[in-house]
Amino acid sequence: MAVAVLRMRDLFAAVMLFAIYSLVSASLFAVLDAGDVALTEAAVGAGISTILMLVALSLAPRHEDDDRVRGRNLSALAVVLVTGASLIYATWDLPPFGAADNPVHQHVTPYYLEESYGDMGIPNVVASILASYRSIDTLGEVYVIFTAGIGVMMLLGATRRRRRQPVEEPSDEDGGE
Amino acid sequence: MKTNGILRVVTRFLIPLIMLFALYIQFHGEYSPGGGFQAGVIFAAAWILFALVFGLDEALAVIPAFAQKVLATVGVMLYASIGVLGVVLGGRFLDYAPLIPGSPQGAQQAGIVLVELGVGITVAAVVMIIYTLFADRLRVVEESKQEDLD
Repeated sequence: MAVAVLRMRDLFAAVMLFAIYSLVSASLFAVLDAGDVALTEAAVGAGISTILMLVALSLAPRHEDDDRVRGRNLSALAVVLVTGASLIYATWDLPPFGAADNPVHQHVTPYYLEESYGDMGIPNVVASILASYRSIDTLGEVYVIFTAGIGVMMLLGATRRRRRQPVEEPSDEDGGE
Repeated sequence: MKTNGILRVVTRFLIPLIMLFALYIQFHGEYSPGGGFQAGVIFAAAWILFALVFGLDEALAVIPAFAQKVLATVGVMLYASIGVLGVVLGGRFLDYAPLIPGSPQGAQQAGIVLVELGVGITVAAVVMIIYTLFADRLRVVEESKQEDLD
């Protein structure tokens, strides 16, 4: 799927493939019983980012420029190959998938799983971790989202004000259609 | 898209359901998968669907651009002020226990619900802001193209 996205010259089709890719990952998360992640992936990855990419695409040409894609990418290929090879090499040192004595299951996870219902009285451990135990992290995430909104506002919002001055009467042009 | 009758009828039917589902995900997030992030995104998706089918002007009449900016700030402020409230009432930052003295579980639940509400409001507002800005920019580009033709 990812290779298809890469090889696609039609950006519209690439965006659609990305959406399908997100949906497939969402169902993979659902199969792994990670309901919260699956829901997020389906809503954000397949839903909103597809819409935002389509809106951005409507401002850009629909097809990738062929001349700029071809050639002069040998060094990039080398970087990608070396990085990928070292990452794959690193996976050999990872503990086995799903084993109960993995480090990730030894640190604070047992406390969360055993005590969170007594502390919070709510069954969804993910919610209690996100909003209570790790509350400051989540506050930081909200700041990140807020900052992203401000960033887009600074990049794209400036053009509106420039337009406002010359426009005096075309208000009927906007409403008439 | 504004003239397609089927689309208009179906979206008019779908949008309340999507918004209801978003509210369900928001306030049932403690019992089932979900929470503020997902709920905010789904709520914004309902608004974007409205904007796609009925036009950006109609959608901005429902939730104006200024209201989006205010809501984005209100969400962050709600989250942060819950944290500060815990400090004022004698706890630590984002410590929910002092919110309802004598009932630690109830205090945690109140804190979680309020904080998730803040997350949901901010996420929904920011997604709407980003969509509005892109769609508005698109309109500017099309208008300037039209002026070039004229």
